[in-house]
Amino acid sequence: MSGLQQSTSAPLDLMFQALADPARRGMVERLTLGPASVSELAAPHAMSLSAVVQHLRVLEDSGLVRSQKVGRVRTCQIQPGGLSLAEQWINDRRTTWERRLDRLAQYLADHPDDDGVTP
Amino acid sequence: MTETLIKRTAVHATFCIERTLDASPARVFKAFADPKAKAIWFGGEETWTRGDAQMDFRVGGRERNTGKHGDVTYTFDALYWEIIPNERIIYSYEMHLNGQKISVSQTTIELAPEGKRTKLTFTEQGVFLDGFDDPKLRENGTKELMDALEASLKAAV
Repeated sequence: MSGLQQSTSAPLDLMFQALADPARRGMVERLTLGPASVSELAAPHAMSLSAVVQHLRVLEDSGLVRSQKVGRVRTCQIQPGGLSLAEQWINDRRTTWERRLDRLAQYLADHPDDDGVTP
Repeated sequence: MTETLIKRTAVHATFCIERTLDASPARVFKAFADPKAKAIWFGGEETWTRGDAQMDFRVGGRERNTGKHGDVTYTFDALYWEIIPNERIIYSYEMHLNGQKISVSQTTIELAPEGKRTKLTFTEQGVFLDGFDDPKLRENGTKELMDALEASLKAAV
């Protein structure tokens, strides 16, 4: 975990480290079936919630799992390539439109004489 | 036809962008309604070109654009559902990536005056299909990732 690890292989290293632990592999297996709360993840492993949270953090750092707190419940879900592609696409769409609206603002600034009356 | 089975997935998402533009709603509306004006700002870092159909800006009218980004070709095929001059535009559109349908979306553009300026609210609601079953993109797909990890773990034991 030295600075040497911060190479291009670092994400893969983190993933392997995350999956090197049987409890974490169990959590990933459970999450491939669908999203689960932290306590649902803890139940089959007879682990304390704090242990699960620690494991969860390793899994999240590795990019394999993500979690979201809604109200008092933290829901975890797998972060598969497919889903992240969808998210990437959505983010791309948003970014595309952010840039488009930047250009729209520029266009409007460049055409101040256009009264907007459509013929 | 692809050799592998397409895994059918549908991921839904909504995003919203708000902007205050230094122009009247009429000027902002015209930038969406006038094909010449729209062509100036709509395209950008991607090279978007007008496709085989015209931009037909009226309720029931279609608009089709093709964009190339590297070796990836997008097509945008829209249908206008509502046009209230200077106030609101609603269209739905489908997007193809290298010929494969990847999303069907609905876009609402709302314009509201704010003094001499215009508040523009852009909302897109979409469904993103089948993990974008493009052979190139599929390399990053869930199954491949999991298979690779599994194989690596087996090799490491």
